[in-house]
Amino acid sequence: MTQTGINGAPAKSPPKLPTWLGLLLADKFATVAVIFLCLVAIAALIGPALLDGVASKVAFRGRNLAPFQLDHGWLMILGSDSLGRPILARIIVAAQNTMMIAAFTVVAASCIGAALGLVAGYSRKFLSDAILRLADVIMSFPSLLLAVIVLYMLEPAVGNLVIVLAITRIPVYLRTTRAEVLEIRERMFVQAAKVMGASSWRIAFVHILPMVLPTLLTIATLDFAFVMLAESSLSFLGIGIQPPEVTWGLMVAQGRPYMNQAWWLSFWPGLFIVLTAMSLNLVSNWLRIVLDPTQRWRLEKRRETTNG
Amino acid sequence: MGRFVLKRSLFSLVSLFGLLVLVFFLSRLTGDPAALYLPVDAPQSVRDAFREARGLNDPLISQFGDFLFNLAQFDFGDSLRRQRPAFDVVMEAFPWTLGLAGLTMALVLSGAVVLGALAAIKVGGVFDRISSVISLAAASAPDFWLALMAIFIFAVGLGWVPTSGTGTPWHWILPVAVLFVRPFGLVLQVVRSSMITALSSAYVKTARAKGVKQRAITFVHALRNAMLPVITVAGDQAAGLLNGAVVVESVFGFPGVGKLMIDSILQRDFTVVLAAIMVTSLAIFTMNLLIDLAYALLDPRIRY
Amino acid sequence: MAEHVLEVRDLSVEFHTAGKVVEAVRNVSFHLDRGETLAILGESGSGKSVSASAVMDLIDCPPGRITSGAITYRGEDLLHMPAGKRREINGRKIAMIFQDPLAHLNPVYPVGWQIAEAMRVHGMPAGDARRRAIALMERVGIRDAEQRAKAYPHQFSGGQRQRLMIAMALGYDPDVLIADEPTTALDVTVQLQILRLLQELRDETGMGLLLITHDLGVVAEMADRAIVMNAGEVVETGAVRDVLKHPSHAYTQKLIAAVPGQGSIRHSAIGVAEPILSVRNLNKHFGAYHALRDVSFDLRAGETVAIVGESGSGKSTTARAIVRLDDADSGSVHYGGRDLCALSDKEMFLLRRDIQMVFQDPTQSLNPRMSVFQIISEAWRIHADIVPRGQWRERVLELLDLVGLQPEHADRYPHQFSGGQRQRIAIARALAMQPRIIICDEAVSALDVSVQSQVIRLLDSLRDRLGVAFIFIAHDLPVVRDFADRVVVMKEGVIVEEGDVVQIFEAPVHAYTQALLAASLEADPDQRGKHQSESA
Repeated sequence: MTQTGINGAPAKSPPKLPTWLGLLLADKFATVAVIFLCLVAIAALIGPALLDGVASKVAFRGRNLAPFQLDHGWLMILGSDSLGRPILARIIVAAQNTMMIAAFTVVAASCIGAALGLVAGYSRKFLSDAILRLADVIMSFPSLLLAVIVLYMLEPAVGNLVIVLAITRIPVYLRTTRAEVLEIRERMFVQAAKVMGASSWRIAFVHILPMVLPTLLTIATLDFAFVMLAESSLSFLGIGIQPPEVTWGLMVAQGRPYMNQAWWLSFWPGLFIVLTAMSLNLVSNWLRIVLDPTQRWRLEKRRETTNG
Repeated sequence: MGRFVLKRSLFSLVSLFGLLVLVFFLSRLTGDPAALYLPVDAPQSVRDAFREARGLNDPLISQFGDFLFNLAQFDFGDSLRRQRPAFDVVMEAFPWTLGLAGLTMALVLSGAVVLGALAAIKVGGVFDRISSVISLAAASAPDFWLALMAIFIFAVGLGWVPTSGTGTPWHWILPVAVLFVRPFGLVLQVVRSSMITALSSAYVKTARAKGVKQRAITFVHALRNAMLPVITVAGDQAAGLLNGAVVVESVFGFPGVGKLMIDSILQRDFTVVLAAIMVTSLAIFTMNLLIDLAYALLDPRIRY
Repeated sequence: MAEHVLEVRDLSVEFHTAGKVVEAVRNVSFHLDRGETLAILGESGSGKSVSASAVMDLIDCPPGRITSGAITYRGEDLLHMPAGKRREINGRKIAMIFQDPLAHLNPVYPVGWQIAEAMRVHGMPAGDARRRAIALMERVGIRDAEQRAKAYPHQFSGGQRQRLMIAMALGYDPDVLIADEPTTALDVTVQLQILRLLQELRDETGMGLLLITHDLGVVAEMADRAIVMNAGEVVETGAVRDVLKHPSHAYTQKLIAAVPGQGSIRHSAIGVAEPILSVRNLNKHFGAYHALRDVSFDLRAGETVAIVGESGSGKSTTARAIVRLDDADSGSVHYGGRDLCALSDKEMFLLRRDIQMVFQDPTQSLNPRMSVFQIISEAWRIHADIVPRGQWRERVLELLDLVGLQPEHADRYPHQFSGGQRQRIAIARALAMQPRIIICDEAVSALDVSVQSQVIRLLDSLRDRLGVAFIFIAHDLPVVRDFADRVVVMKEGVIVEEGDVVQIFEAPVHAYTQALLAASLEADPDQRGKHQSESA
């Protein structure tokens, strides 16, 4: 009873922008992760326009050049591939497809999943059950295999890849949203809105959705990493992106036959996958703490001690 | 209890049925099944004979009826490449996958529970830092890349273990090690957060007021309460492995369901794919049922 | 001066929270001897529980930290004792029971095992511990203890769970038992049984009882001495008679003045006006459980009807059925010539503005993401014809003034307010609809005593100024004494008695009403022992 002000801290509104920055700087790992992700995003946005020519220029004399040599210019710092193309340039160019596929997938899956979850959590039993069973069917199906089968029957283009990956990820958002909605709709402020005569639409979008968003944001960040890994696996198996298009996963696959002579062909793109996924994980963890009022003091306290 | 098992089985049968229907119609509607089942270079006469023999000229609905009728007897037809019942082919591969999944998950669970519990005792302490770094890196590494690097370093470079295939216990080391990484990272994260919640709960306060030792509080009072979410996530990961660790099995030439499935897809051996989906789905259903029973065993408030 | 069993000297504890350091406890000193009961009295945030947690080494650091002071048990310093030795004292020499026994019992182990564990950890052989656990369960009044020892916490009622907690604390006949709000979550009749049990056990074993509570009635009933805490400091200390009868500190005086049920009973001036709301034969089932059985009553314009009952009585279910949050299985609610239960959602929408509700916990009933202005003006967003958009701001400020808040509060968020202020916001939100009826569902139960009386005074003035009729739901009789015109007493879904407030308090007819009245504790040590529990 006495400690409610301390342990059961009342729910707070999310922090404002300058506070966000402060809270980010309080977590050094998250700061580094955000900087890295910004670099990747920049590479994805302008990389292909800048480096497309360099990245696809075949030079048979410079095949499988070892990394860490500056004799052939800084683009060769990570070595060259089996066609003599600079690996660094190819990684930067490939960032676009890799990021784009993951981003579209996550946006599509989270929007559809959240919408279905809201409906499932807020509608009558029959519809809710039907939606849940659908999610069960999708989930009981091996997601990678679903992708393999569908992409084998359809054409493995970027669009189809996004659709297939998005379908396999919808249940995650659906279930999370539904579970949260079921909990939030029983809260008193939702009941109060009902007593005032608020429409279901109003309750779902004005009262419930804003409460679910932080959770969805956290999951989406984490899921971005998951989707990126899934796309890489598909491309690695040869049923994702097809050459001459390129993603990091495909680069790893293309380096596989040369593994024994030139390990760097597979190593570098794989390392970028790891680093990006790790950064996303870090940011997701940080978000989870920032958006949870009972946890946020940890960052605020850390910030205090570093400042003062 | 019996009712619950029955109800769950019915639900799963419905899901499984939906799945197979989906695959059946996808395979029929997205193109000529003969093209799916036969090699690309098969002459037209072979195609016609195939269509006739398989009843592919019948109306779709009667084809579907035949499909279901055979399904009920686990008869998926013969594998085109191996000239044997597809079901038998799958059942040969399944024990390998089961062994791989079982061994990996046993290691994952025991490792993650111990390290995660130790990390949760002192948030921000040594174990906590170690476990966050490990879980973060492990959850972020793509398995195909790990597999390539592992082969390059441990098999080719150092020559400690064979590169691929089966035969000796040594052949299991790399596949298990690579498969271990991601589930370990994910389960470790869940154990840690779930344990932190459990350790800050009111009943732990009571135990401290009783004078119970920290070790007993952690492993007796908190752990059992924290296990439910852990089992859920571990179950998801195990399902992924049972579905056949496609990438890892094919990189290491491990004769499990995953490798069989991807090979069959690439060789257009569609009967095998269907049989494999059926078998793995049943395995996953059985596992989920066991997990539900484990819930009831761990938490007396859950009764079916 | 003889050595005290437990002595706390100049204890200060601080918590790091939300970017600032809060001194939860400042220079608190008290002592306890065997065989006596010391009450620490305080409202939420007063630091009373923190002091007890410090004694039991239960403060999590971080965020908490003991900054100064000493705690001694029989002269031994507890704060600087090695962990192993300290653990020997916890549970064995000093034991503790808590407010919410369901949360404080481990849900996945049998209760007998948990009680025995308290002895096993201090070295008692498993067989002996088990036998003693069963004996203790019998002692605290659990029937069929041998069998029930194998059951799990969720299979017991709230009162039984608290008995189990007590059994767990008694394993080694401790010198000191700390009881942190042991009866707060319990019904009044059960509360009295638990308090009796604690008293008996104290006399039997000669232990010292440290009772932490916000309830002056509990203090008057139980304590020998009392200390009063406010905002982390001890403001008054002394024998319980002195503290309650002749309080010297202003805070204590305010606290005692705020205790409900002391004023003169309101004499209803409503007479026999036509009812504006008639509830007839409401029935409701939850599965096999019959939650409402033929509930019928009337509400007249400007009148206040109190519905009083313990948990499971169906009082909240009735309220929810009236506003159609849950539909009743059968029966009718007549309002304005129509049956609310038979209306379509659309027709109900038009009548909703007339009947508004104020909920129990204002922390929960206000959307944390909306500003006060948004919360209050939402009514007009939904019912567009009440106030034209241009006047929203002006009208919000008027409403804030009406409920005793300031204009600058309009743009703040709920978490920036105290509990009482939040409840005022919730009342303003209800008034925004210009309702004719307001249903208060335990609207003051979650508030501190002093705040409780302020909110009730506010409701009282609104009734007089605006002519709003109230249905006032409460679990306790004294709260409604100064406020209601008529009282409806419910038990297990049935209205057992209904009558004028004077009649209910002065000449209750039904045995249950009498039991409820008998079990409510007055803040007067001279009334001690006069209360009877329904059945022990």
